[in-house]
Amino acid sequence: MKSRKVELLVGVFVALTIAAGLMLALKVASQSMSNSEDSYVLYAKFDNIGGLKVRSAVKVGGVTVGRVDSITLSNSDFTPLVAMSISSKFDQFPETSSVSILTSGLLGEQYVGLQPGFVIDGIENLAQGDYIEDTKSALVLEDLIGQFLFSSNDG
Amino acid sequence: MNWFINLGENTLNRLEMLGRATLMLFGAVIAKSQPLKLIPLTIKQVYVVGVQSLLIVVVSGLFIGMVMALQGYTILVGYGAEGSLGPMVALSLLRELGPVVTALLFAGRAGSALTAEIGLMKATEQLSSLEMMAVDPLRRIIAPRLWAGIISMPMLALIFSAVGILGGHLVGVDWLGVDSGSYWSIMQSTVDWNKDVVNGIIKSVVFAFVITWIAIFKGYDSTPTSEGISKATTETVVFSSLAVLGLDFILTALMFGIE
Repeated sequence: MKSRKVELLVGVFVALTIAAGLMLALKVASQSMSNSEDSYVLYAKFDNIGGLKVRSAVKVGGVTVGRVDSITLSNSDFTPLVAMSISSKFDQFPETSSVSILTSGLLGEQYVGLQPGFVIDGIENLAQGDYIEDTKSALVLEDLIGQFLFSSNDG
Repeated sequence: MNWFINLGENTLNRLEMLGRATLMLFGAVIAKSQPLKLIPLTIKQVYVVGVQSLLIVVVSGLFIGMVMALQGYTILVGYGAEGSLGPMVALSLLRELGPVVTALLFAGRAGSALTAEIGLMKATEQLSSLEMMAVDPLRRIIAPRLWAGIISMPMLALIFSAVGILGGHLVGVDWLGVDSGSYWSIMQSTVDWNKDVVNGIIKSVVFAFVITWIAIFKGYDSTPTSEGISKATTETVVFSSLAVLGLDFILTALMFGIE
């Protein structure tokens, strides 16, 4: 009977560990597990990506619809090329949509903001591999301060 | 001249000790292993080493999570960034505090007990009696304890992290009023399964191996007197704590340092 008790308690121990592991997997790290869901890739060229990183969020009106897949420098015109994988649930963005690099809060992370364009007849939806032409770069604080200093010297 | 003799003697002694430790490990793990006979003995040791350490690990995990939430909140609220409390608590627990604090507790709670037990077995000549009965003490005594340590400690570290995150929720959300949704959702978007959780588990497996190895070897190699056992027990706790802290820096540099 003594040995049964030991086995029971070890079983409880193992069950606790599995519960802890499940909690960590589903509740703590769930977002990163669901990478395998259906998605399509869009590209955008920016002049300056600021502090944007791979895995940064792509948001429409604050709702995360995808993530940044990769950031490379295009060899022909030396501008950063950002590939974003967008969840296939959201595949109705018209071609006139624009993207800009925004910051969440004063000290927050940078993310890609997608503004859906107007739906007009003859405009198709964005699909796998499309380029978004209308892009706005990240605000670089040093550039802003530089401009401010110049303009205040003039005046 | 004497100085050189001492240096040489010390070096040779260390090397011999390392050799004995490796031989013991080899004899216990690789040579003539009989996994089926090992399992019941190992389960018994998982109970002694793991289940009996559960209480201290859960209580410290809970309180460390709670204290981190309290400290983090007072700093983050100054920037209006108290929503980042979740990832702060979760990442520091999963990457560092979970494996390291559990390892230190494990060295104090289970490592010292292992050393004292095996040292006393040696002092009372139980190990020699086993050998006289043609039972290999390496297989009968050492191997199950080694495996039990390596299995139990990562489990304890996982439980520690999970309980700590719940403790952080308790203080951050239920007491200080951080939004429950942002506590979990920002944590989910920040914590990466492979990078954070799996690396934490790898760390704790390495720590478990080192602590259990040191603890068992110190007991097996102790001078069979009461003084020798007390010295061996002290050395177990000191050496394994230092090894854990040093290894932690190396592992952290390898896992998170270079991106």
